[in-house]
Amino acid sequence: MEKAVEMIQIVKQFPGVLANDHVDLIVLKGEIHSVVGENGAGKTTLMNQLYGLLKPDSGEIRIFEQKVSFKGPRDAIAKGIGMVHQHFMLVNNLTVAENVVLGSETTRGIIFDLREAQKRVDQLSRSYGLQVDPTAKIEDLPVGMQQRVEIIKTLYRGAEILILDEPTAVLTPQETEELFSVLKRLKENGKTIIFISHKLNEVMEISDRITVMRQGKVTGVLNKNETDVREIARLMVGREVVFTVQKPPAKSSDVVLRVENLWVKDYRKLDMVKGISFEIRKGEIYGIAGVAGNGQSELVEALTGLRKPEKGRVILCGEDVTGKSVRELREKGMAHIPEDRHKYGLILQYPAYYNMILGRHYVQPFVKGDFLDHRKIQEFTKTIFSQFDVRPNNIKMLGMNFSGGNQQKLVVAREMSAQPKLLVVSQPTRGLDVGATEFIHKALIQLRDTGVAILLVSMELDEIMSLSDRLAVMYSGQIMGEVDPKEVTVEEIGLMMAGHRFEDLRRV
Amino acid sequence: MNNRLWAFLVPIISVIMALLISSVVILLIGQDPIVAYAALFKGAFGSKLAIASVIIKTTPLILTGLAVGFGFRAGLFNIGAEGQMVMGAMIATAFAINVAWMPAVLAIPLTMVVGMAAGAGYAAIAGVLKAKTGAHEVVTTIMLNWIAEYLSSYVVTVPMGVGFGTPKSPEIANSAKLPPLMTVQATELTSGIIVAVIAAVVIYIVLEKTTKGYELKGTGFNPYAAEYGGIKISQNIVLAMAISGALSGLAGTLEVMGVHHRFLGTLSGGKGFDGISIALIGQNNPIGIIFAALLMGSLRTGSNEMQFVGVPKHIILIVQAIIIFLVAADRIVRTILIRKKRVKAS
Repeated sequence: MEKAVEMIQIVKQFPGVLANDHVDLIVLKGEIHSVVGENGAGKTTLMNQLYGLLKPDSGEIRIFEQKVSFKGPRDAIAKGIGMVHQHFMLVNNLTVAENVVLGSETTRGIIFDLREAQKRVDQLSRSYGLQVDPTAKIEDLPVGMQQRVEIIKTLYRGAEILILDEPTAVLTPQETEELFSVLKRLKENGKTIIFISHKLNEVMEISDRITVMRQGKVTGVLNKNETDVREIARLMVGREVVFTVQKPPAKSSDVVLRVENLWVKDYRKLDMVKGISFEIRKGEIYGIAGVAGNGQSELVEALTGLRKPEKGRVILCGEDVTGKSVRELREKGMAHIPEDRHKYGLILQYPAYYNMILGRHYVQPFVKGDFLDHRKIQEFTKTIFSQFDVRPNNIKMLGMNFSGGNQQKLVVAREMSAQPKLLVVSQPTRGLDVGATEFIHKALIQLRDTGVAILLVSMELDEIMSLSDRLAVMYSGQIMGEVDPKEVTVEEIGLMMAGHRFEDLRRV
Repeated sequence: MNNRLWAFLVPIISVIMALLISSVVILLIGQDPIVAYAALFKGAFGSKLAIASVIIKTTPLILTGLAVGFGFRAGLFNIGAEGQMVMGAMIATAFAINVAWMPAVLAIPLTMVVGMAAGAGYAAIAGVLKAKTGAHEVVTTIMLNWIAEYLSSYVVTVPMGVGFGTPKSPEIANSAKLPPLMTVQATELTSGIIVAVIAAVVIYIVLEKTTKGYELKGTGFNPYAAEYGGIKISQNIVLAMAISGALSGLAGTLEVMGVHHRFLGTLSGGKGFDGISIALIGQNNPIGIIFAALLMGSLRTGSNEMQFVGVPKHIILIVQAIIIFLVAADRIVRTILIRKKRVKAS
């Protein structure tokens, strides 16, 4: 079979890291080839070299058996390579057609020919079954559709080889399914697809062949039919990975958090949480599942002091803490792992040891009077770093220079080491690879076993069903039902996420 | 290369490059850049008098630079240093005129405190507006600048004005005058420079060593994360503006106490705005700001001498503009340095 891409003995050195260490990648024409690896394994670096964004230090790239040397993405595009980035590069207030042709506009003389653009986008969309309306504005389209616009953009520029960088990270399960059928259709039409991911189930579903990377090296090239998730995970992480969380049953006793008829508005002054009540006991993980945007964020913000509730009461350890400030709540034993670690969890411009005291920067043992005790802070951070295995083990490195998984470890380590009574956790493993996810799951269970009450909000069904002792599903600001995750099916949870009450489901 | 070294290298390289680029301009107007720069240097450091006047020019620039730089570190763009400087100087003068009965040990520190409080209070208006209503400090401080300017020209002509010519207040009490470090010919070298350097050291300690500094910088970098960490954003905005204003107020007060000994309508003379450039060149680092202010002070002093050898003194405005441009666009400098290293390596 013809080889679409050959990357031979690619070496790319960055200051301090060997990002690609004699990497070989061979992609056959007309296949879907996955490149998997943990964050920092060198996948993106490799792809950036294929797309002309970076130049390899040594090694050879061949496209359709012809040696190439790209000076920039323009050269790569000319050779038929297209890339769909994780963050879309679209102009929000332009239409689909305008976005697609941007940079190589259809013209009649010197006048932009919008109608021709729309026609050609429509043709492309139809021939690959993409079902995108060329006249729709980008800002009106859901994320899944925007991604298709990106795909059309590459096709419009004549891409034969499509690189998709973590395309499912932003999609709902349904959108992912639709993306996969699009990819299959592209493959039937002879396109070659390189799929970058660390979600192993998806990789197994969509790929023909898989290249696994770890720490800048290729650790295996596998045929989908001759392997399984376990083997890929082992090659990725370098050891056996435990997939199911093992946890002893919760030893629930005293109520730590009681929420009574809580109402919360969002920044647009719309009711997002509509009269929610629940209790979390000591040593219990209480999960809240639901599709994003059904009031989970506002609930978390209200419980952690970032937003004032409109109505209702919040009682923490027997004390009414409704509407108290973040500082007061933290002093009473609340800790919070926020959903957006870059926006809320870290001050990226601060070194790790400064980040490690955020929220407790004014209390013993980190201060001497009004002065920070740098020595104590650094000692504390060093012990936390070894305890939570944060890498690299450099407490003076700025927050922004850690990988995503290690940034999350910084946040998790800080909040857990505050010895909280209640830990509010939101999307703890979003965007993390297998190893880091496993680590954080174990840490949460361990914390639970020491008697901490944990509120876990997550969009990942697998995660929330395996971690929670009790589980509530939120829809449109209300709880659709509170269940024992061991006694419900995924379908039932799915129906609750779509707005059906649990009582109604079981009544039939 | 680490960040600290960069922060140090970029301004120095920028100055050298600015002088090189400006020499082309000097060549274009048919003059010899070497002669011009020699005169510039001689004008700034060639005599005791020159050095004294460099130091006099540098003193308020350190403080306005600190004011703006401190604001930047807390995420605030205080364009109001000019107005805060005027308010500080004016109210300190009103106080200092009436303290003849006090001994100097009391009158000097008290006058400074009054000037700082005036600057702080004036800047805090913008802080409160931002904290309560979200009004952007750039807009409000510019508005406050105009209010300060017109208010001061009224005060200095009508209620406080004396004599003819330039509007001016009466002289302040002798006990509130700063003792000169030394007197060169008729020029008194003010001891204000010591106060300014102490202020820079204090601001450095506050920013780098204290809990408050941690909160202020944190708020400046990422207000969301700061709020998440239990830091009261609105309190810190007002506090940061007040401290920034206090530094500007002190700049004006020292001009009154050490140089003019009275309040003049033209006292600030754009030094508040110079603070923005100085903070930029000093990379918002208090110690860097001392050197940036010194650079500006010496360029301005030396430029007169340059004029004598036939090179218009406005050339230094070009130098200054190029320095600011290069520091602000520090990537240009970094790229040039990295290229050089690469060429050497290969």
